[in-house]
Amino acid sequence: MMRQPIQQRFRHSRPPRHSREGGNPARNRWTWIPAFAGMTKCVWLAIAILFAAPLAAQDQMPPAPLAYKQLDDPALEAKAQGLMETLRCLKCQSQSIADSDAPMAGDMRHQVRTRIAAGEEPEAIRSWLVERYGDYVSYAPQNKPIMWPLFAAPLVFLLMAVLLLRGRFRRVKAKEDSV
Amino acid sequence: MSEEAPKRSSLAIWLPLALFGAFFVLVIWGLYRPADRDVVSAFVGKPLPQFNLPAATADRPGLSTAQMTTGKPRLLNVFASWCVPCAVEAPQLEALRQQGVEIDGVAIRDRPEDLNRFLANYGNPFARIGKDDLSEVQVGIGSSGVPETFVIDGKGVIRHQHIGEIRPEDVPLILQKLKEAQS
Repeated sequence: MMRQPIQQRFRHSRPPRHSREGGNPARNRWTWIPAFAGMTKCVWLAIAILFAAPLAAQDQMPPAPLAYKQLDDPALEAKAQGLMETLRCLKCQSQSIADSDAPMAGDMRHQVRTRIAAGEEPEAIRSWLVERYGDYVSYAPQNKPIMWPLFAAPLVFLLMAVLLLRGRFRRVKAKEDSV
Repeated sequence: MSEEAPKRSSLAIWLPLALFGAFFVLVIWGLYRPADRDVVSAFVGKPLPQFNLPAATADRPGLSTAQMTTGKPRLLNVFASWCVPCAVEAPQLEALRQQGVEIDGVAIRDRPEDLNRFLANYGNPFARIGKDDLSEVQVGIGSSGVPETFVIDGKGVIRHQHIGEIRPEDVPLILQKLKEAQS
């Protein structure tokens, strides 16, 4: 169905460059069309295969009950949402589990909502996951010794800037005084 | 002072370039360093969590923590019928089974009919297969994908995690880890 308009579009466009090589250009203009049609067939096949592979790698199961269903209590749902936005999806590693449609992220959302509904605190669930996957699973900054250079760097740079400027101003003043 | 000042600034003038150079090298190193997307379980060395999974197929029983603490080391294979590399590792699992290794499976988000077809096509090296439709056991042991294989010692403590399919060259390491788990 979708093939038709694309072929038409190509039919009215310039012939591909390789058809200019040798022979009668007028004849070439007509011979390239079937060749090109064959090529689009290959391209479509390639596209079909490209999309078929990821589809085959997905499971057929319905999502977990609370994967896409919010909790009835808005306060609890807000708590769960806040936590889910700061937990990494382990399949699609730059997304949070709140953002991801990966089945495993859905299962993790289900687990977070179930635990929040059971009265667990978000930070307890976070540390439960960190115990299993390490700090990598959490996007929230941790209060750990490895973090302090990050927090200290702006202060160090500010201090350096103050010292540098103080030196400059002093030099200028010394110059002015000597004049 | 007037003699000292230019000398100091001539050295200091290179400092920004040096800082930029260091930053540039860091960025290039970060860009070209091969990306490692494996998430290693932090649960290696800890006992299995408590679980009790129903049977995933008719001809194998389900899987619970108690059944995995038999005094003998065994493998816990996290797999699924929809996972292509899981079919790749099937011959290696079968080879391990033939060497006397007991393998328990956890089928992640799998339909019985798909699982039966998968086991009929690629073999069934499992002693038990638990049905994990909500990835509970998977998350419970810090596994982030399929397939993953865990070496469990006789007391039910996770001793080793193998991420990805087991290739023929991985079998000796797994046998060695099983042997280490015996002690």
